[in-house]
Amino acid sequence: MTGATHLRYEILRTVRNRRFFAVTLALPLVLFYAIASANRHARTDGISFPLYFMTGMAAYGAMFAAVSPGGRIAADRARGWTRQMRITPLRARTYFAAKVVTAYLAAIPALILLCLAGASLGVRLTAAQWLEMAGLLLVGLAPFIVMGIILGHLVAADALAPAVGGLVVLFALFGGAYGAFFNTGAMLTVVKLLPSFWLVQAGKAALVVGRWPAEGWIVVAAWTVVLVLAASLAYRRDTGRA
Amino acid sequence: MASVDASGGGIVLSRLSKSYGQVRAVRSVDLVIAPGETVALLGPNGAGKTTTIDMVLGLTRPDEGTVLIFGVPPAAAVRAGWIGGMLQAGSPLDHLRVRELVTLMASYYPNPLPVDDVLRLTGAAEFAAQWTTKLSGGQAQRVRFATALVGDPDLLVLDEPTAGIDVGGRRDFWQAVRAIAERGKTVVFATHYLEEADAYADRIVLIARGRIVADGPATEIKGQAGSRTIRATLPGVDVASLGALAGVVSAERHGDTVILSCSDADTALDALFGTFRGVRDIEVRGGSLEEAFLQLTTDEDSADTEEGVR
Repeated sequence: MTGATHLRYEILRTVRNRRFFAVTLALPLVLFYAIASANRHARTDGISFPLYFMTGMAAYGAMFAAVSPGGRIAADRARGWTRQMRITPLRARTYFAAKVVTAYLAAIPALILLCLAGASLGVRLTAAQWLEMAGLLLVGLAPFIVMGIILGHLVAADALAPAVGGLVVLFALFGGAYGAFFNTGAMLTVVKLLPSFWLVQAGKAALVVGRWPAEGWIVVAAWTVVLVLAASLAYRRDTGRA
Repeated sequence: MASVDASGGGIVLSRLSKSYGQVRAVRSVDLVIAPGETVALLGPNGAGKTTTIDMVLGLTRPDEGTVLIFGVPPAAAVRAGWIGGMLQAGSPLDHLRVRELVTLMASYYPNPLPVDDVLRLTGAAEFAAQWTTKLSGGQAQRVRFATALVGDPDLLVLDEPTAGIDVGGRRDFWQAVRAIAERGKTVVFATHYLEEADAYADRIVLIARGRIVADGPATEIKGQAGSRTIRATLPGVDVASLGALAGVVSAERHGDTVILSCSDADTALDALFGTFRGVRDIEVRGGSLEEAFLQLTTDEDSADTEEGVR
């Protein structure tokens, strides 16, 4: 099975990239403990602050992890490897499917670690709530995975880290992963159009009824569709295929 | 010139053209390569070799003309796993060991060769456990060669495969290529090393400014560029009568030594023996491939000022 071996090595390459884990796992974890442990008995937005901040940081870490594998296409391009793969029987769709699966797998450790960290500060949820949270987070990650693939095709390898970092931080900030700074008035209407807003809400939907309305599905689906179209354009431009 | 049924095997380029802006990189190239041939695309930098190869591999879309690989377009040949390629200036995928990378490449092809055999053949076995990012230039080249071979492709395309490799490494590399060619594989390689084209190709296709300027076995190309020189000891002969011999372009004499520049050395030798007695110390020097190369790549449409690109 060509796809299976390709996927296995794609995952292996991601796992071996230690810098990647330092950023996607350590950063949100450190932020979580630094901020949540000082406010462990506070309440925000109708839930305990550690739980509130755990969902934000889980969304942030998962977002970072999900964007990165696609972004690594830039490095493969710089090595001339995307051209090399185009003269093998490997199909483009297998290549991208592996990227998407790898991105999801890369996001899972960030989610698990933040949930464990949350539990260590007293967050208690039922199994059904954990599952609902995880499921919605995976849905909310879809646009970010595709965003990574676009960046991988458009941005030069040496500019990729700041591009990914900057984009993720902006999306996280406006989406409310660090705190709901934009949850009032006109600004709320705007940030509700961001996929990161819904990714952050996904973490809370299992806890607070009504946090994931149809609007969430629509915004996430619209971003995903538009980004997939943009990604296929970026791929075609990159490979010179008309 | 090889002739092959265009509908059947081999590689057929018809009126292939590609421009980048004002630069006409490849201009109406027609070329037929028979299955099992080893062909060198020889030309100076910027002649259009890489552009031609990219079109053969389906990496670049021609402006005009077509490429058929064993009867099908490049994309179909690639999907079928018929092509193995070593592109210019690639470096192996990171976060993998050498054996893993070759195994990964093997997995893409329907009938790959055993990974260990390929590692041994290419000389990569001794550093198979090394990280791909920790290789010397020569080692990386062997690994790239291994990745091109492991799918057991029928057509092997090598774009300047030995650029930056030392002499020993080159010899080992070409020995391995020869072993592949002997198994009936078609090998097309681009090079600007004359010796490599001369020593390892059945046939040389000389490219300059996007056009084929000569095509044939190395000996024929050398002949095509004209002069071979005959030196001989022949006392007391009139220079004018030497110059009048069939196949001779001009004649000189220095003491008892005569030097004949020939357009056709075979005819000239016959004429020399037929006309004079006592010809001794005969020495026929081929025009070198270098002379042929320089003559053919600079003379041809020298009025044309357009520059090619790689």
